[in-house]
Amino acid sequence: MAYSDKVMEHFTNPRNMGEIDNPSGVGTVGNAQCGDIMRVYFDIDDEGIIRDVKFKTFGCAAAVATSSMATELVKGKSIQDALKVTNAAVCEALDGLPPIKVHCSLLAEEAIHAALWDYAEKNGIVIEGLEKPKTDIHEDDEDSEEY
Amino acid sequence: MTTTTSTQVSRQIYLDNAATTAVYPQVVEAMLPYFTTAYGNPSSIYGLGNSAKEAVTDARRRIAAHLNVPTQDLYFTAGGTESDNWAIKATADAYQAKGKHLITTAIEHHAVSHSTAWLERHGFEVTYLGVDESGLVDPTAFEAAIRPDTILATMIFANNEIGTIQPIKELAAIAKSHGVLFHTDAVQAVAHVPIDVADLGVDMLSASAHKFHGPKGVGFLYIRKGLKTKSFVDGGGQERKRRAGTENVPGIMGMAKALDLCMADFDARVAHELALRDHLIERVLAEVDHVRLNGHRTQRLPNNANFSFEFVEGESLLLSLEQKGIMGSSGSACTSGSLDPSHVLLAIGLPHEIAHGSLRLTLGEETTMADIDYTVESIKGVLGCLRMMSPLYDDYLHGRKALTVIK
Repeated sequence: MAYSDKVMEHFTNPRNMGEIDNPSGVGTVGNAQCGDIMRVYFDIDDEGIIRDVKFKTFGCAAAVATSSMATELVKGKSIQDALKVTNAAVCEALDGLPPIKVHCSLLAEEAIHAALWDYAEKNGIVIEGLEKPKTDIHEDDEDSEEY
Repeated sequence: MTTTTSTQVSRQIYLDNAATTAVYPQVVEAMLPYFTTAYGNPSSIYGLGNSAKEAVTDARRRIAAHLNVPTQDLYFTAGGTESDNWAIKATADAYQAKGKHLITTAIEHHAVSHSTAWLERHGFEVTYLGVDESGLVDPTAFEAAIRPDTILATMIFANNEIGTIQPIKELAAIAKSHGVLFHTDAVQAVAHVPIDVADLGVDMLSASAHKFHGPKGVGFLYIRKGLKTKSFVDGGGQERKRRAGTENVPGIMGMAKALDLCMADFDARVAHELALRDHLIERVLAEVDHVRLNGHRTQRLPNNANFSFEFVEGESLLLSLEQKGIMGSSGSACTSGSLDPSHVLLAIGLPHEIAHGSLRLTLGEETTMADIDYTVESIKGVLGCLRMMSPLYDDYLHGRKALTVIK
């Protein structure tokens, strides 16, 4: 299994690692099968712009690198633009992931959605296009078992 | 795997000798003539063939002497995996008229456990004995599991992950007293723990050269005289008609030389490794929080240390250590090509989230005390970073219950 240089660079120097006190939204998701867990914190301003984002991740290098890249991709964006950041976009930005590690990028997408869901609930708003996230993404991840 | 130039370091510390070992230069030297000048086929009748045959016979005699087995009972194979497959599948086949039940342990190498699983798909029954938290099989439980139709027991001599050494002599005696054949996968044990096969009383024993500074792709299986176990690889009449295929003469010569060298300095090498292993274990347990030693504290391979570090994941740990020049391995799911953590770590009772954060370091004779101290310092540094990144550690520090996603 070989990681791209970009994955290794983000693993070695993760962006946005840490936490935010009194976050606008926080979401934690895990994959029960491989054990990875990711938590995302958002600071969202009155205009609905993601001013700051932090993450904490328990997982392999791919999980850490996708956390780092996903948070980079949503930082400074509007909520609607953040929703458009898909796992495929995260993978591509990292110059790809080994096939068995693609599920790690799902974790990042779900963690962002979970944090946005928390923000919406706290503020009593509905974010168009956002569905209630799963806390365990493994139930949607059966294909990755086939390796 | 690729690493960026910025992460290349000059210091390289190889602590994965259970995965494979460096071939000794003297071993390479001993092999070379059999590629280029003495390249004859041992089955050929002219001089070039005869001298190859004599070389193989000499290698067999030397290896057999180190293990205290009759020379003719040692059969050369393509490695530990073939030896295990042969011992288990062909013995089950040969004795199935007596019964179709086998006994093994929950902590076998896949070469054994996938062989017994194959037998289960072909009409055999297999009992998998659990182990205690140090990885030891309970001899009483073994005896209780023996049935009238039990034909074979196969148990790993020294575990490749956690290093625990089983009481093989006692287990083999129990098998013998019930008329059950006993095989042991000694791939990690040969040249690392004293082995006198006659004294052990096992019927079959597997080994692999590249675990003791020999070449890859060659190993052997000892089969006690009188066993009905037939050939597993069909073809020509090599190895007394028990293992077809032209002998890997250079590999066999390399294996014999490697074992000669390992046995010549056995006491000094093991004493050196033991001192370093214990220093490593003592420092890590004393200086790192939320850590456990996996495997038995004393009844373990002299070069094996296996730890679980809470709140961190194994692959991240390995890659971070690699960036400091340290090469180890992990029972983490993410490093295994499957998504499940090691069956060995689960068998000794570790919960999934702890099994994910395991680190195996296996030392060699070239390892120094300075290497160990550097490794301990590196582990402490890397753990600090990874735990700072871990939501599980965060939850622990804040007294929060972690999100429960672990099955």
